[in-house]
Amino acid sequence: MPKTMYEKIWDAHVVDQGDGETQLVYIDRHIIHEVTTPQAFEGLNMAGRKVRRPDAVIAVPDHNVPTTDRDKPIEDPQSREQVALLKKNCAEHGIEHIDMNDIRQGIVHVIGPEQGITQPGMTLVCGDSHTATHGAFGALAFGIGTSEVEHCLATQTLQLKKSKTMKVEVVGAPAPWLTAKDIALSIICTIGTAGGTGYVIEYCGPAIEALSMEGRMTLCNMSIEAGARAGLVAPDDKTFAYLQGRPRAPQGMDWNKAIAFWSTLKSDPDAVYDTVVKIPIDDVSPLVTWGTSPEDVVPIDGFVPRPEDFDSPNKQEAARKSLDYMGLKGGMKVSDIRIDRAFIGSCTNSRIEDMRAAAAVVQGHHVAEHVIQALVVPGSGLVKAQAEREGLDKIFTEAGFEWREPGCSMCLAMNADKVGPKERCASTSNRNFVGRQGPDARTHLMSPAMAAAAAISGYLADVRVLQKKAA
Amino acid sequence: MDAFKTVTSCAVPFNRANVDTDMIIPGEYLKWLSRTGLGVGAFKALRFLEDGTTPNPESEFNDPRYRGAQILLCGDNFGCGSSREHAAWGIKDLGFKVLIAPSFADIFYSNCFKNGLVTVTLPEDQVQMLMEDVKDGAQISVDLEAQTVQRPNQDLLHFEYEPFKRHALLNGLDEIGITMQKGAALDSFEAKQRSNQPWLYGPA
Ligand code: SF4
Repeated sequence: MPKTMYEKIWDAHVVDQGDGETQLVYIDRHIIHEVTTPQAFEGLNMAGRKVRRPDAVIAVPDHNVPTTDRDKPIEDPQSREQVALLKKNCAEHGIEHIDMNDIRQGIVHVIGPEQGITQPGMTLVCGDSHTATHGAFGALAFGIGTSEVEHCLATQTLQLKKSKTMKVEVVGAPAPWLTAKDIALSIICTIGTAGGTGYVIEYCGPAIEALSMEGRMTLCNMSIEAGARAGLVAPDDKTFAYLQGRPRAPQGMDWNKAIAFWSTLKSDPDAVYDTVVKIPIDDVSPLVTWGTSPEDVVPIDGFVPRPEDFDSPNKQEAARKSLDYMGLKGGMKVSDIRIDRAFIGSCTNSRIEDMRAAAAVVQGHHVAEHVIQALVVPGSGLVKAQAEREGLDKIFTEAGFEWREPGCSMCLAMNADKVGPKERCASTSNRNFVGRQGPDARTHLMSPAMAAAAAISGYLADVRVLQKKAA
Repeated sequence: MDAFKTVTSCAVPFNRANVDTDMIIPGEYLKWLSRTGLGVGAFKALRFLEDGTTPNPESEFNDPRYRGAQILLCGDNFGCGSSREHAAWGIKDLGFKVLIAPSFADIFYSNCFKNGLVTVTLPEDQVQMLMEDVKDGAQISVDLEAQTVQRPNQDLLHFEYEPFKRHALLNGLDEIGITMQKGAALDSFEAKQRSNQPWLYGPA
């Protein structure tokens, strides 16, 4: 029977069929960080259990770490304790731990691929919902809760129910400025934040094949915002080229064997999906969010919706609440929205290509006077070093941006980087939830080029117009 | 995990779609190091006024009619967003044992199960009916064995529940313990994978 990529990976990892519905599935790689593991290690220790395969686990602190003054102890005592506890737990259980001051340190979903930990055909988990990111390599990767982290540490497996499959076919010819973030927002806007619940999404179509590995990671990253636990892109020559020579990628004879195996993973031509969705992208303008759900998407040259624009009373009420929280009026021009901060970073958009895209827009401009802070936080120490070799840090700092140390930073405001109450931030992260970037903070999601354009103009701005002016 | 049989109690009608985990428990509580005590942060922005300490009289959670409720009635796509188990821990710490919604986000659903919180999925119209039923503090009953919710008028609503999870909840089983009984299957899986894909294994 023809199989989808998801089914191939799943079937290859079933250890025990169980009752047929819930199956015991083997997990090849487990990445852990400081926030969702303390209780898991506590559970293991209390039951006197060991980590089954320390060689399959890697740890890095990212959520809590400060993005300045890395040579000093972490100021916040709770953050300091969590970061120290991760290190201690790893030492006790023989797990490799990348220290905060190691150049390889960074956001879990940036360093996995960067180190070659993430590989096609694998099952990979992390106590973080954006683990979907790693699906860009054709790995079945998904976020888990802390009890599952504990289960996986102890047994290297999870008890899982098989997901349904959804094929998202992106059709049409993308405009040259169209980014993976715009494609992701366009998909979420179409299927909604619950559209993918219970599904694993496979992204395909020429526009997806044309994306770089960085772009595919951005796209898969936001699968969870569409409700799907995992997203997948079929591995191809780009995937292999990205992985070749990375520290944890197979070497020597193994490399050829791995490529041969990876090449068998793509979905069979006549494989059947539970749902197929087509997303046209011919006429898409750069997209931003206006509300407090990632599905609240509008084109930059459009208008903020009015509650009456929605059909059901529930949605109208939700829109009213969102507009109120966001301090916006229905019907206003999106490009009239004035921002206070800009944040370029997060596991969605903090890779070298994102840094380049933002720097290209910034070059020769300056952050608007009323903008309190424009922050660039690279996704890892290695991304930071590469950007510095290319002189991107200079472009940013000369334009009035702050150039920081790697971590999650203002994406969820667990460290000192926060958006103040009622302040408005143009952000390249993935969630615009109430209070996400700080209590009462207002978030607009967009691509790195668009966040850069917003920082410069001080308003949500059409990067196409800015680029035309420059030309 | 404690075994779950039935719960009979009043219920909080929390009628809101797409409640995300940031709303259930804000990021500041992710610095917690234990599984308990997180009730203080649960639904913080809703339960308290802007000062963060004065109870919000408008909130369903502070309504005296629902005091002591062990059942939470929720809107569609409840628990969407992050994987933080702190959301389940917080809700449990507030005293809830059952959540009823038209749908739950995947990771949240499994996090609830791991903590003995029963997540009941019912069609939207039935959930709305229950929201009406409980408005004045009337009690409803959830029976996991029979897979039913009993309305105040004694009508029974049937729900589906994954057999594996149901069995574990009814018997208060430790999931890691269950998996560890599969040690032999696990060993042979690893031996086979190791010979086919040796690069997945570190030096022994
Ligand atoms: S960058 Fe944001 S979304 Fe990504 S892992 Fe960190 S906190 Fe989560």
